[in-house]
Amino acid sequence: MKKSSLRFAALGAVAAALIAGPPAQAADAVKIGILWPLTGNAAAAGQASKAAIEVALDIINNAHPELGNLPLAATAGLPNLGGAKLEVTFVDHEGNPATAQQLATRLITQDKVNVLMGAYQSSCTFTATAVAERYGVPFMVGESSALNITTRGFKWTFRATPIATDYARTYMRFFADMKAQGKKIGSIAVVNENTDYGTSVGDAIVAEAGNAKLPVAIRIPYSASSTDVSAQVLQLKEKQPDVVIFISYTADAILYMKTMKNLDYKPTMVLGDDSGFSDPSFIPATSDIAKGVMNRSAWSPGKPDSTTFKINEMYKAKTGRDLDDTSARNMQSFFALADAINRAGSTDPEKIRDALTKTDLKPNQLMMGYQGVKFDDTGQNILAATYLIQLHGTHFELVWPQDAATAPLRWPMGGWAQ
Amino acid sequence: MVIVQVIVGGLLLGAIYALFSSGLTLIWGMMNFINFAHGEFVMLGMYVALLTVTWVGGGPAVFVIAAALALFVLGVGIYLSLIRYVIRGPMLAQILSTFGLALLLRYSAFWIFSANFVSLPQTSLGGTLKLGGIFLPVAQLVAGAVAILLTLGLHLLLTRTTVGSKLLAVAEDRAAAMLMGIRPDRMQALAWGLAAGSAGIAGALMATAYPWSPSVGETFGLIAFVVVALGGFGSVLGSLYAGLIIGLIQAMSAFWLGAIYKDIVVYGLFVALLWLRPQGLMGKKG
Repeated sequence: MKKSSLRFAALGAVAAALIAGPPAQAADAVKIGILWPLTGNAAAAGQASKAAIEVALDIINNAHPELGNLPLAATAGLPNLGGAKLEVTFVDHEGNPATAQQLATRLITQDKVNVLMGAYQSSCTFTATAVAERYGVPFMVGESSALNITTRGFKWTFRATPIATDYARTYMRFFADMKAQGKKIGSIAVVNENTDYGTSVGDAIVAEAGNAKLPVAIRIPYSASSTDVSAQVLQLKEKQPDVVIFISYTADAILYMKTMKNLDYKPTMVLGDDSGFSDPSFIPATSDIAKGVMNRSAWSPGKPDSTTFKINEMYKAKTGRDLDDTSARNMQSFFALADAINRAGSTDPEKIRDALTKTDLKPNQLMMGYQGVKFDDTGQNILAATYLIQLHGTHFELVWPQDAATAPLRWPMGGWAQ
Repeated sequence: MVIVQVIVGGLLLGAIYALFSSGLTLIWGMMNFINFAHGEFVMLGMYVALLTVTWVGGGPAVFVIAAALALFVLGVGIYLSLIRYVIRGPMLAQILSTFGLALLLRYSAFWIFSANFVSLPQTSLGGTLKLGGIFLPVAQLVAGAVAILLTLGLHLLLTRTTVGSKLLAVAEDRAAAMLMGIRPDRMQALAWGLAAGSAGIAGALMATAYPWSPSVGETFGLIAFVVVALGGFGSVLGSLYAGLIIGLIQAMSAFWLGAIYKDIVVYGLFVALLWLRPQGLMGKKG
């Protein structure tokens, strides 16, 4: 090719770009950076949530009129941004807070994302949100529940999920309800993994138990990467609490159930605080030794023709598994974020932030059992709530509160009894 | 009674530590070579056990032997295709090669098996024996017994057999061994096979008690290094004693001080001991 024809080609390209310019800009994809543990100890949870976001992307970017009131489902893309699609970049912080911090910086400065979301482990969310705050980029906390994430006076951090104190209060209401029904709960034990997640939830439960005048027989912090938990189970066996609350990740939750059986220790009830107990690997590994174990979940697939049921079917078609609470809460947070971006009608961070502060989603627009999504000054959703569920056979049934229950509560737990 | 249970639990745990450390110390003893991929060998042993149970069926004997054989072959293969060449390079290349191998194996496992945690279905090792008020999980008992047998077996192989003498001769002086008609590559490939095979046995036995995902190798790899350093690099018996000591101290400190202090106690004592005795419990002075 001659020089002159090269120049013509270049001119032509520029002209084409100019002509195509404005409409292309209007439908430019909105870039969302998501930080999760895609490898490392919590990789399973990160991967499950990633699949959930991919389903949410399908729902938002394509037309799904069958999904009822779910915001952005009926249309393809974001209508207020000229049908712009959402584009997600997933990065892997491996559960390491320092890595999360570096990756958040990279997503903002190099990938130029419009908003951020993440980061599963509270410790990682804690560092990543600080980066977003510094650069003035909205950060949607997907499902991390440590209290201190939203108590730093941050302007750019929003959290749709319930947090430690919401859960702790739910547990106390549940215990009070049980006692009112004549069940004996003389004392509880709190066993928590010792990073931000376990510590903050453990602290909140101990504090709420104090308010409720319910004795805490023993509190056991431990490391989630423990290869052996016999000593902890023996400590519990000595103290004989009626209910043991575990705040654990996956391998440790399974290991506790196996070790309790091995050492013949069965309290009246075990209450798992989501996370490991909601991991897809938990049920196949423990269903025959942890019968009647309780757990919390704001997610329930519901009846066959419901929106939640259809979402679950989409997730199942993709992964072969039911959607779990952790991934579902992430998905809900993602919908709330997309709703705000659409209302902002712009990718400008300041406008998205404004729209987030004005979020007001009603229960019938949600896939979760919250009473709505509405953020207070700290960025926390004040309408978040949760159900309690129980392992019946090879799946969890919603058992409390009674008015929402799909199955009766089994008390005490069966454990490994035939 | 609880005290006895704590001590028994600690010793059983320690035996398992010793079990997955023996292969690491063997390679060091034979080749002065640190294998950072050892934890990944244990991880692969766990998956071989799972695949065997799923596809072939059979009891623990079947999947333990399958894991031992599969990893033996893998160990020999890795020696012949990789280690044989990098061992002539500088120290740093040797270290980084197995480190790279570890990452390769770990992320290949993520790719093939996904990040989900898996467990072996209940096997005949799933039960618990009750002996005078003490609970003995069968899986841990068997793992402990195999650990002791395997360690003693490796020790006897090295000290009492011709093959062992040849292995040691190559370790001592490669050139002199060649002059004696020993083929060093064959011996060292055998050492790698034995080391990986014992890691495979360890993995298969661990799989009966412990849920895992492809990143499990990190956890086990670290403990293995501590056990080997405490026992004395290269001493198979040393790593048995070191494993038992570490398991016991962890169990006792977790019970009396609390689970979050157990590693502080263990690694504190570990550093103190290395300060007093840098060569480890049974290592030779450097």
